[in-house]
Amino acid sequence: MSAPLNPARRLLLKAGGALTLAFTLPRLSLAEDGGGPDLPGSLKKEPMLDGWIRIGADGSITVLTGKAELGQGIKTAIIQLAAEELVVAPARIQLVTADTARTANEGFTAGSHSMQDSGTAVRHAAAQVREILLGLAATRLNVAPGRLAINDGVISGPGGASLAYGELVRGQELHRTATAESVVRKPGQHFLSGRAFQRVDIPAKVTGGVAYVQDLRLPGMVHARVVRPPPGAAFASMDQAATAALPGVLTIVRDGRFIGVIAQREYQAVRAAAVLAAGTHWTGAAPAAPQEARGDVEHMVSDATTILDKGSVPAGGRTFRARYRKPFQLHGSIGPSCAVAQLVDGKYTVWTHSQGVFPLRQALAELLGVDEALIRCIHVEGSGCYGHNGADDVAADAALLARALPGKPVRVQWMREDEHGHEPMGPPMLSSAQATLDASGQIVDWAYEVWSPTHNSRPGTAGNLLAGTLLAQPFTPPPAKPIPQPEGGGDRNAIPLYSLANARVLHHFIAKAPFRSSALRSLGAYHNVFSIESFMDELALAARIDPVVFRLRHMVDSRARDVITMAARQFGWDQYRRQPGRGRGIAFARYKNLGAYAAVALEVEVARDTGYVRITRAIAAVDSGEIVSLDGIRNQIEGGIVQSCSWTLCEEVLFDAAGQSQSHDWAGYPILRFPQVPDAVHVHVIDRPGMPFLGTGEATQGPTCAAIANAIADATGARLRELPFKPARVMAATQLAGKPASRG
Amino acid sequence: MTTPMNQYALNVNGSQHTVVAESDTPLLYVLRDDLQLNGAKFGCGLGQCGACTVMVGADAVLSCLMPVSSVGKRPVKTVEGLGTVQRPGVLQQAFIDEQAAQCGYCIAGMIMRAEALLEAVPAPSDEQIRSHMALNLCRCGTHMRILRAVRKASNKMAGKA
Repeated sequence: MSAPLNPARRLLLKAGGALTLAFTLPRLSLAEDGGGPDLPGSLKKEPMLDGWIRIGADGSITVLTGKAELGQGIKTAIIQLAAEELVVAPARIQLVTADTARTANEGFTAGSHSMQDSGTAVRHAAAQVREILLGLAATRLNVAPGRLAINDGVISGPGGASLAYGELVRGQELHRTATAESVVRKPGQHFLSGRAFQRVDIPAKVTGGVAYVQDLRLPGMVHARVVRPPPGAAFASMDQAATAALPGVLTIVRDGRFIGVIAQREYQAVRAAAVLAAGTHWTGAAPAAPQEARGDVEHMVSDATTILDKGSVPAGGRTFRARYRKPFQLHGSIGPSCAVAQLVDGKYTVWTHSQGVFPLRQALAELLGVDEALIRCIHVEGSGCYGHNGADDVAADAALLARALPGKPVRVQWMREDEHGHEPMGPPMLSSAQATLDASGQIVDWAYEVWSPTHNSRPGTAGNLLAGTLLAQPFTPPPAKPIPQPEGGGDRNAIPLYSLANARVLHHFIAKAPFRSSALRSLGAYHNVFSIESFMDELALAARIDPVVFRLRHMVDSRARDVITMAARQFGWDQYRRQPGRGRGIAFARYKNLGAYAAVALEVEVARDTGYVRITRAIAAVDSGEIVSLDGIRNQIEGGIVQSCSWTLCEEVLFDAAGQSQSHDWAGYPILRFPQVPDAVHVHVIDRPGMPFLGTGEATQGPTCAAIANAIADATGARLRELPFKPARVMAATQLAGKPASRG
Repeated sequence: MTTPMNQYALNVNGSQHTVVAESDTPLLYVLRDDLQLNGAKFGCGLGQCGACTVMVGADAVLSCLMPVSSVGKRPVKTVEGLGTVQRPGVLQQAFIDEQAAQCGYCIAGMIMRAEALLEAVPAPSDEQIRSHMALNLCRCGTHMRILRAVRKASNKMAGKA
């Protein structure tokens, strides 16, 4: 282990003084240092304890995670876990999040993985560091470790002699590999994990503190905006003079179809970009065929994979079929994407709200034609992203523009029309369900097919950065590949968790689509759970069995049964009193069939005259494994339910006859506003002490949607199979169902 | 296209400032760039989302649309004017108590719109709160907590809690 120190880390050592447990040598391969497959969570990727926990001789405690705060509260949960295992006050912990120069490479902060991956790694690393410190103290105090007590980072022996963590590590050189086993504190002993603890980031956010990359103000910082071509258009000409003459304009950058303008002040950049856009001419704007551009997936070439095939097709019974459809939807961050980049002495620093600073760095290296070692990507919070939005693309814009103005930090924030018009959208999807019921109402055969373009065009390559595709020497996006089961992409949650003896599930992956699509919170699970859980209700109705009973009859998994039962009980399912125009619905899923269990029961009110749907109350029951932050789980689930209400009731990208998006802003892409949010949302969380973390963030996207569809059907007799459930569609369906929107 | 630079005297959060800007510069950019205040956020620049909401006089206004030249002598209040991390204002404390934020990007605008309501209507009904807040968008789905926080602050101001 005599390799030279990584320069960035050497800097840290100098700044930190006599650090121990703080030495990080360049990572050896897992094979070399013996880390690897048996280690918990992301310790598999970074097996050195000081990759996660550093104790300074001054008693400072630094915790490092490769995951990023996206507004989901991961910082708070990580601090709770680390402080718990280190037995210190949480305020003593300094947390460092995703930074290519400092933290482990944990890939993307996505897929509800942060607690399983990083939470688990931090918990175990902190526990192992605590045990090392106890061992050092036992030697120094000459007592058995079992007789030592810890209080806020001070270890004391029976005679009252004590040593603080800082004193213990002074003069030591402890650079150790994690072991597979840890002495993790038992849930019954916990003083912090699973206890009420407020989010660490909220006070700054409600008082105007520097909280977001949008708020960074670096010395000498300048502002830039980009000008985008219409879809498929070629560059013709640009009148630079009018823009260059505007006050504050520093430079105009054009490389092929990539155009940006940098100005001294932000509003000067906004104005300059508007003038530049007006003076830029494009030719041959050619969107794809309107049908394709609008996302009619049945017109696209797909490649089928059987992801489940068991049993055989039995004879007899009653067979039912239904098709479900979802449109393009947007991430729709409230704050348009933003990044700051600076080029100094050939080295780039990029402050970004990307979900994956390491994959972004790799893509930027290719884009800029420089070695990865010359780029540092630092995560700084942005507006909530809910998946792959414009974060990476704007980071690329900022890096390209910073290259044109070396030394200056260049801040780029997209305008609203950039975000709405150029984010990688959540793709349209189509599914077809077929099932056969026997005389007792049991499902004896199940066949499900889903068609979907990609849910993953995240960077890693320059071709996945919008600017990369616009340069004079453009980068080509790599061919789309399906995300394999068991997590899946378009086929995420396409396999029901129900016990089905005979079942076939097909995933039709559309590799080539005439638009860019990528991960939107829960990926294909939203549509598949909508489809499966709507269909389960249709089958229950056909079998004349209560939808809760019908689900439980087909469910063996006890944790799944628990959340379904709890949601129904807390809703008051069995005591439900029917009122005119109202109906109830329930739906369930275990996210990815691997993550959190969630059931949602809710009531809707459908307006007789307008088809306007409002949720009166929604009840969720969730099992995310052991609880670290109860309110963190509640906040994510409440938010997931309300966001899914918005997707389900309001959201679709609109296109004109030529296939051009008309959803340039919130007027063209309305989302839920306060008057339409539910009267009440209640979240019940089942704690599973000692059980693995299952993640939470995406668990209720699908169940909420299906519960709404089921409740509308209950209220009106109309089964809606195409999203979103806008008033006109609800009205049309209720008329087709031959019933008024209100039974009253 | 160029608009002459003018000097504007602004009273922001009780302090007097002089800024030099083109007359059509939206107040948002003056607050963020000249006065280095973070609270008001750029969301859409179109008056559709409310992330930039501040108070001018007694009104909640969209600072992305209001030119700096239209402010006149009316005092401007931003979320920074309500309190600090150490001494949060009543609404800020209610948002902390209710943990009413996820990403939080919309929250400063939410608080300022609610502040304007509570200054004008000390004990609003739930319906009044919802309809007053309708202009402001939240994408994380924190609405239920935001409504609870506004209710809590209203009760506190009315001496009920």
